[in-house]
Amino acid sequence: MKSSFPRSLQTTIIFLVVGGILALALGGYFSPVSNLFSASLVSVQTWVSTRYITIRNFFNAPSDILSLQQRNAQLEAEISGLQTQVIQLQQQLTDTQVLAALVDFSQANPESIYKAASVIGRDPSPFLHYIIINSGSNDGLRRGMPVVTNQGLIGRIDAVIADAARVQLITDPASAVNIRLQSADTDAVLVGSVTGDLSLEMISQDVKIQEGDIVLTSGLGGDYPPDLLVGQLFNLRKRDYELFQEASVQSTVDFSRLEIVLVIMNFKPIDITPLTPEEIP
Amino acid sequence: MAIISRIPLLGGYADLMLVAIAAWSLQERVETSWHWAILGGLLVGWTSALPWFLSLSGYLLIVLLARIMVRRLWQAPLIAIFILVFLGTLIVHFLSIFVLRLMGSPLVIGDVLSIVTLPSLFLNLFLALPALPIFRDLAVWVYDIEDEE
Repeated sequence: MKSSFPRSLQTTIIFLVVGGILALALGGYFSPVSNLFSASLVSVQTWVSTRYITIRNFFNAPSDILSLQQRNAQLEAEISGLQTQVIQLQQQLTDTQVLAALVDFSQANPESIYKAASVIGRDPSPFLHYIIINSGSNDGLRRGMPVVTNQGLIGRIDAVIADAARVQLITDPASAVNIRLQSADTDAVLVGSVTGDLSLEMISQDVKIQEGDIVLTSGLGGDYPPDLLVGQLFNLRKRDYELFQEASVQSTVDFSRLEIVLVIMNFKPIDITPLTPEEIP
Repeated sequence: MAIISRIPLLGGYADLMLVAIAAWSLQERVETSWHWAILGGLLVGWTSALPWFLSLSGYLLIVLLARIMVRRLWQAPLIAIFILVFLGTLIVHFLSIFVLRLMGSPLVIGDVLSIVTLPSLFLNLFLALPALPIFRDLAVWVYDIEDEE
């Protein structure tokens, strides 16, 4: 059978149809159809890919879990080691800060020779306020030597053994320190208590004192060197019918957080007991 | 002891040595409580600024009380340890106050009782509760009591 169209006409029609389709496609007229086709293809691809990955993981999982567990244990060990290092470094930083402050203090007060010691214990009795430090007679410590921090006076050595010493804090009920009020230029006695509070006694009634006055050691009695910072006055009590005024003292030292202290090595306490007059019967 | 003594309640601290000696002394088969009282008393006396004989005599009195009580209250060990810790704390504290007053420390009895002794009593009684089963288990383990029974 012979074709009714000549071959050249057929070719021309095919080119025109293909060209028209291309023109329509480039013109965006096929977008809905194209999008529908793409979405279906993506869905099918996603479904196939998900199943493939699941099946692959199923076969590879045991070796992965083992390696992950090993890696996890390794990382946990590293974290643990790093945390230990962080804690050690924080402790070293704290110690360094305390020591730096103590060095500053010793440089600002070059007239004294200091020996640094760590606090290693406290008196087990709740009636007493003593600390134990890790330096003793082997380091040249002697009974009666004053003990300070960069914040102020904390007490004096009460007993010494070869490698440790016991320090009576100024907050101890049996402690009495002769002090001087800087602004009023008057002397008084600082006493401790069983609660650890400090109070001033023997302040003459005619002396004008006020809250915030600085309390320094006076050096009287020979137990402590003069001009060591003790604290500040607060809570004044003045009653007309009493012989003396009283006041509480806020110490500059936090006695519950003592870690490193300085012993003043070149101060020799003087025992003036033989000079005190005896009572005549 | 160093850690417990840094956990204050007002001005009072728990006396872990006292509680331990009381709980150990109340175990019927234990015969070494006198030794532990002497050791503990000397250890505390050596550490403390109080006279060494004070804690020693206090702990020995506690063992003596425990030996008396263990025959009478053996069926009620919880009551026994509470009574023992209560009396023991009071004995040690009154001895301390008496000696400190003799040494010239200006302690005000009323303040000391309310600020130090009562909180210490509370802490010691609180610690006595777990101490009793711990030392009972220890006595069972040390003396192999179950096997003999």
